[in-house]
Amino acid sequence: MAYDLSFARDVYKNSEMGHWIKMCKQCGVCAGSCPLGPHWEFSPRQLFQMVRAGKKEEVLKSHSMWMCTSCYNCIVRCPRGLPITHIVHGLARYASVKGYADPDQVTNRFATRIFWTNIVSTGRVGEAMLTMRLYFVDGIAAGIKQGLEMKDSALGMLKAKRLNPIPLRGKIKGYAGFQAMLTKAQELEEKRESGV
Amino acid sequence: MADDQAAGQTILVVGGGISGLTAAVEAAEVGYKVLLVEKDPHLGGRVAQHYQYFPKLCSPSCGLEINYQRVKNNPLIRVMTLAEVEDIQGTEGNYTVRIRQNPRFVTEKCTGCGDCSRACTVTVPNPFNFGMNEIKAIRASHAMAYPGHYFMDAAYARSAEAQTLVSVCPVGAIDPNMSATTLEEKVGSIVWATGWQPYDAEKIQPYGFGRFANVSTNMRFERLANTYGPTGGTLTRPSDGKEIKNIAFIQCAGSRDHNHLPFCSRVCCLASMKQATYVRSQFPDAKVTIYYIDLRAMDRYEGFQKKVEADPSITWIKSKPARIDEDPVTKDPIVVGENTLTGVRYADPYDMVVLATGMEPNSATTARVPAQAVAYDEYGFVVKGGQVLSTGCTATPLDVAAAVQAGTAVALKAIQSAARRG
Repeated sequence: MAYDLSFARDVYKNSEMGHWIKMCKQCGVCAGSCPLGPHWEFSPRQLFQMVRAGKKEEVLKSHSMWMCTSCYNCIVRCPRGLPITHIVHGLARYASVKGYADPDQVTNRFATRIFWTNIVSTGRVGEAMLTMRLYFVDGIAAGIKQGLEMKDSALGMLKAKRLNPIPLRGKIKGYAGFQAMLTKAQELEEKRESGV
Repeated sequence: MADDQAAGQTILVVGGGISGLTAAVEAAEVGYKVLLVEKDPHLGGRVAQHYQYFPKLCSPSCGLEINYQRVKNNPLIRVMTLAEVEDIQGTEGNYTVRIRQNPRFVTEKCTGCGDCSRACTVTVPNPFNFGMNEIKAIRASHAMAYPGHYFMDAAYARSAEAQTLVSVCPVGAIDPNMSATTLEEKVGSIVWATGWQPYDAEKIQPYGFGRFANVSTNMRFERLANTYGPTGGTLTRPSDGKEIKNIAFIQCAGSRDHNHLPFCSRVCCLASMKQATYVRSQFPDAKVTIYYIDLRAMDRYEGFQKKVEADPSITWIKSKPARIDEDPVTKDPIVVGENTLTGVRYADPYDMVVLATGMEPNSATTARVPAQAVAYDEYGFVVKGGQVLSTGCTATPLDVAAAVQAGTAVALKAIQSAARRG
């Protein structure tokens, strides 16, 4: 069987921090360090080896790289110093750009439909609105149920001033500049990802 | 001048472990004067702490005993124990070294009768057994200690009880008022053989050594298996004295890891295989699990690996475990990680877990070379290019047989170096 290296080479070049995948020595520490370890289909180690083995479809259609919560345990423990968190986020982004990402994957859905629209509309994260939209994403009944379940945490956060209760606080000062920054960043990212 | 000529022919060997000991006897047996300086009260170094060698599984005591005989019977070798080299001046062929002689508080009149030790009421954690048991504050380090004269811990020497031991000794060898002295010696060449220490396992935080009673290290396990060890050679675990019948070894614990020792110490895979045989021969129903990234049975030792692999009670799991947890009730360590051949995440309990820690050169920390010109590599090993000739595990991680070869080789280099006197 011949290996097709074109996928691996493209990941090394075009996926953020992707070149580090070459350094993985397949020891397995990342998988055991991950608090969500048992819930991934593939551990970071497996994803990296699959990239190296040219398994493009399996890697890019996988939900595994969307499971990362950025706790950084794996980065701290990796004996080779791979920035695993960043590599994994890079692969998620790469899958999006290549059109493989499942729009209904929970992390993807939260990121693109809830978090992004929330922050872009005003220039700041409106926690109350963000939480509400997250809870009600599966319908009104599910939203109310979730909200009641989290009631005590929410009140605690209010007390500790960790949650702003006003759902709409208006735009930040200099919103136009914020939008210009986003437009420029997107332009740069598109340029980078088109390989120019 | 006659004195100069003599000076040019004395070889200083720093470190009385297996490589320094070998270098000393080899140089002396071809006619050179040797000054052997050792910081501990006894010779033998790390090898003396081992239970068995691989691959033949014999005790290190016979090899050491032969070397002690060679030292004892050779008038050209002068041994200084409890001594450290503080300064090196001069050039190749004509060095002046300053040596600090720490007090032993017991003179060479000591016959090793043990009366003082029996009279002594103070015990200290036994450094020879890594503090796993207590020993008298006046003693010989271990049963095979050479020189056999007793010594006293410095803290104990200042106590009132130490003074009372003077009259206990039948030959008048005890002197708690002894103090450190400094002397200068002229030597022609210098062999640096200060060896290694086990990497500090407490630094490998996820493995819980120091927090979990039943997480041990490979060097501690050598003492645990030893007849003169803390349990008299019975393999029982510290938390409850239970027989160790289900044990795991974790390879590359703090090795090949940019957070710890980045290099491979070459011996730990074989040492764990060897220690697996300790458990399997003591308890025929015992199970052993070895976690590894890849097995490195260096040089000619693959045959030993094959022999150990033939034992069906030993399981090999290709994985570097991510962490160790502890069962709060049983105190069993639970090894957590991913089997990299199956992709299965495991969390398996054991009676004991042994961390196969690597070798950190003492020259990186406690035994820096006090010379103007000295060459270290990035890990603190002493390499070619400086004034001193390094050998054994001061130069690179080695097994015992290779350390003996290195010691023999450096003896010739030291003779040549002494002859090139400026």
